Amino acid sequence: MAQETITLEVFRYRPEEAFVPAFQSYEVPLRKDWVILDALNYIKDEIDGTLSYRWSCRMGVCGSCGMMVNGDPVLTCAAFLEAYRPGPIRVEPLAHFPVVRDLVIEMNDFMEKLNRVKPWIIREEEKPVAEGEYLQTPAELADYKQYSMCINCMLCYAACPVYGLEPSFIGPAAIALAQRYNLDNRDQGNGERLEILSTDDGIWQCTFVGECSTVCPKSVDPAGAIQRYKVTGTTAWWTSKLLPWGT
Amino acid sequence: MPIFWWVHKWIHMRFILRELTSVFVAFYAVVLLFHVRSVAVGPEAYAAFLAWLRSPPALALHGVALVMVLFHSVTWFNLAPKALVVRVGEQRIPGWIIAGMNFAAWGVFSGVLAWILLAA
Repeated sequence: MAQETITLEVFRYRPEEAFVPAFQSYEVPLRKDWVILDALNYIKDEIDGTLSYRWSCRMGVCGSCGMMVNGDPVLTCAAFLEAYRPGPIRVEPLAHFPVVRDLVIEMNDFMEKLNRVKPWIIREEEKPVAEGEYLQTPAELADYKQYSMCINCMLCYAACPVYGLEPSFIGPAAIALAQRYNLDNRDQGNGERLEILSTDDGIWQCTFVGECSTVCPKSVDPAGAIQRYKVTGTTAWWTSKLLPWGT
Repeated sequence: MPIFWWVHKWIHMRFILRELTSVFVAFYAVVLLFHVRSVAVGPEAYAAFLAWLRSPPALALHGVALVMVLFHSVTWFNLAPKALVVRVGEQRIPGWIIAGMNFAAWGVFSGVLAWILLAA
């Protein structure tokens, strides 16, 4: 029996050839255990070596292979071809980011925003090494562990309509990662991050569409992180007005 | 992004509908303000306002507003567990309890109000 095939319609953009992007169709074997990434690798190896795209671990931990498949942001290493039968499957670069070439996007905006929220342990004073480690109970770990699972794949930015409409929005992953440190008992940087997050471009741009949490492949629930911080930020504002001398 | 970016996916349409319910919440508030004002103006104005409330267009508007405000409240309470995370040791209080408490409070307050308004 001949190998079943499925068609992929892949977004092509090669600025040195043409400024206008186009779709190119490729027929790939429809193997039961193949994901979209396997199909792209097949295209690059066997059909068209000029196709450009990012990938690395092929197992959903590096966050490199995020793309739009039939209009939804997915990790192409986790999206099985069988699920899109009979096709054709439309593969496009991650939405809301500038396209560099074919399926490769420019992620500088996200990197800048991630850096802006200071995603590291901030201490007023570092404990001397001789005093030993910062201790943390399993319950204290549970407070922030979910938000530490973010792999920076940016599917949440592609899914967020607010980020699409207002590119200045700091975005779901950045806020979730800020929360990862805010809720960490070893961190003392809540005040510094409050100034950054409690701005118009911070948490207050979010209108709780919730799509970020729906598409997150690691169940980080950035929407939950943002709404929790809205409570934190509001409480902090009221506290600063009603008790300006501090608690 | 086009101005009608939200028509292509049902989940986006549902989101916009949810946001639009705020218009109907405001409608209720405005009606209440006019209601109170008519009492302040006098018995004739009050009777005229009650007559308007009974008119078909007012009933239709209120019917739509009721559905929208119910949708508003249900979606609001269902999202409450996202903002309120309470941990007991390592366990997190399940979302349905947080949401359920909100719905229960809604029921209790509505019951009390109904008793006050209808028993009088």
